[in-house]
Amino acid sequence: MIALEHLTKTFAETIAVNDVSYDVRAGEIFGLIGPDGAGKTTTLRVISTAMAPTSGRVTVNGHDVVRDAELVKRLIGYMPQRFALYPDLTVLENLNFFADIFGSPRAERAALIERLLGFARLTDFKTRYARNLSGGMQKKLALAATLMHRPRVLLLDEPTTGVDPVSRREFWDLLTNVHLEGVTIVVSTPYLDEAERCTRVALMHRGKLVAYDEPNHLRAQLGAYIYEGHSTQARAAEHALEHLDGVLNVNTYGEVVRVIVDAPTRAAAVQNAWQTRGLALQNFHAASPRLEDVFVLKIRK
Amino acid sequence: MNSRLFAITRKEIIHIWRDKRTLVVMFLIPVIQLFLLGYAATTDIRHLNTAVYDADRTMSSRALIEAYRASDYFDLNHFAANEQDLARWLDHGDVRAAMLIPSGYGDKLARGETAQVAFLLDGSDPTVAGTAYAASQSIGQAQSTQIVQQRLGVDVTALGGIEIRPRVWYNPELKSSNYMIPALIGMILQFLTIMFTAQAIVREREQGTIEQLVVTPIHSWELIVGKLVPYVAIAFFSLAEILVIGTIWFGVPIRGSIPLLLLTSFLFLLTTLGLGLLISTIAKSQQEAILLTLIINLPGIFLSGFLFPLEAMPPFLQFLSFFIPLRYMLVILRAIVLKGVGLEAIFTPTVALAIFGFLLLIGASMRFRKRLE
Repeated sequence: MIALEHLTKTFAETIAVNDVSYDVRAGEIFGLIGPDGAGKTTTLRVISTAMAPTSGRVTVNGHDVVRDAELVKRLIGYMPQRFALYPDLTVLENLNFFADIFGSPRAERAALIERLLGFARLTDFKTRYARNLSGGMQKKLALAATLMHRPRVLLLDEPTTGVDPVSRREFWDLLTNVHLEGVTIVVSTPYLDEAERCTRVALMHRGKLVAYDEPNHLRAQLGAYIYEGHSTQARAAEHALEHLDGVLNVNTYGEVVRVIVDAPTRAAAVQNAWQTRGLALQNFHAASPRLEDVFVLKIRK
Repeated sequence: MNSRLFAITRKEIIHIWRDKRTLVVMFLIPVIQLFLLGYAATTDIRHLNTAVYDADRTMSSRALIEAYRASDYFDLNHFAANEQDLARWLDHGDVRAAMLIPSGYGDKLARGETAQVAFLLDGSDPTVAGTAYAASQSIGQAQSTQIVQQRLGVDVTALGGIEIRPRVWYNPELKSSNYMIPALIGMILQFLTIMFTAQAIVREREQGTIEQLVVTPIHSWELIVGKLVPYVAIAFFSLAEILVIGTIWFGVPIRGSIPLLLLTSFLFLLTTLGLGLLISTIAKSQQEAILLTLIINLPGIFLSGFLFPLEAMPPFLQFLSFFIPLRYMLVILRAIVLKGVGLEAIFTPTVALAIFGFLLLIGASMRFRKRLE
């Protein structure tokens, strides 16, 4: 559905996206994962025709995003990271405005708007000014507005950043419904738990594509082993372990210490080093890899 | 009707309508400016505070003072006991003019000699001083002629000679409000449209809403025209405001054709909307837009002939003024309103406006990119 071929986008002094190639298949929920400055927003802006690539080529359903931009615009719905609807217009006025801009037929408009309001659970708020909506409601309104012209591809730039956990879950439920209707979704997110909900993900770091596959495959092909232990002196443990042979990464989550090693045979050495320093250790066990581990290792290389 | 263009216009009207503070400013600016310039920027110099030191104190000196008093140029309201008073009052700005009649004035006249009177003028404001200078001389001369007439016992005018009979056309009372108010139309249209169009477009960028707009099928020209339409309407409303207040309150006669006035105003608006659009492609924030508007408006005030006559400027500045659309509009406005002329008399400036409007709008539209960068 979407193909990126050697996409590069440079600004005055920075390379925001550096020679990135991948495909998004029809019907996917495709995750663009990476920290701030990874190039997620720029990638989405190029796919959405909002920006022209410096070099390389991007197509949506075979249409070039530069040459056939007008065709692409009809196919996609793009939701920018920043709330981009009009704060001094009501919910209904905003939706009507985008319906007008996309020239959606008058006859079916009322029904479509009612359906989208119901879908986004904003029916009770339709006369409220967009500026007076909560952050989560603004995101839902923005989503509804991008669905106004029934796009086949939805591009969402960090739709849940800065939204409370309940609204985040609700937003993902909405996305799932859209997905079930056959819409291809590309969503960028800094949250790895959201990445797990994607059919495939592209991990980006400083403009480069570092990995791109199904979350399961990425975890399975990690090529490293994870161990966890519980310690009341987690910080000290981190320092004690991070320079051991074969230890690729140590991270602490409260009192849990998570160690990534290159082979299962290292487990004994880790456990040993831990205890010989007199650091309390409980419940030392092998753990299953998470996307975060993949990311940590890929960036490290 | 193009539905996208219409959608933009309707949205823009909602923005304007809901921003009550700006709305009030938009409608008050013309009224405030009109009253300020209609009254304050008057160059009619009358009733100057004037001091008199009459050291002569004779019938003749009193006759001279009465002659000055009779004119409404000078208000003789400071009477000095000595010469030093005159200097002090001038220094302090209490008076703008001072007349000193030396002792012996009456005697000299009686002997048939030429008597001298000193007339001091505060020249710090050249416009005031210039008018007062001319007035002081002509009043003195009239008085002098009368004295000579009495001396000769004949009517001097019966002796023949030259008599200049000036007749002032278009503005016979030389009221400066007649001159300023038509020009104010151009000034206010320029100020309002440049500022508000620039802001309206920059606001989309500042709010981030442009990012959503650029991925819709809307064309640049639809966005531009759709956004400009409400401001053209407001500009014409301001025009009407000025015309109504100008004629009813200030008694400015509108001698020419209103349709011609509207047509030329529309051409002029093309230039100012083009400028506003151009600013919007440069400015990154609304503050920057306001600043750029002021920078563009300032030379307009000085180089358009709004305040200072172009004929008096050095050739270089006169040359620069040819690039200021307001210059042509002021010629057109004053000609239509005061002279009541038709299109044939203002053909050249009208064509100039059309060319400027066309170039500016095309240029600005080309710079206006429907992309983020």
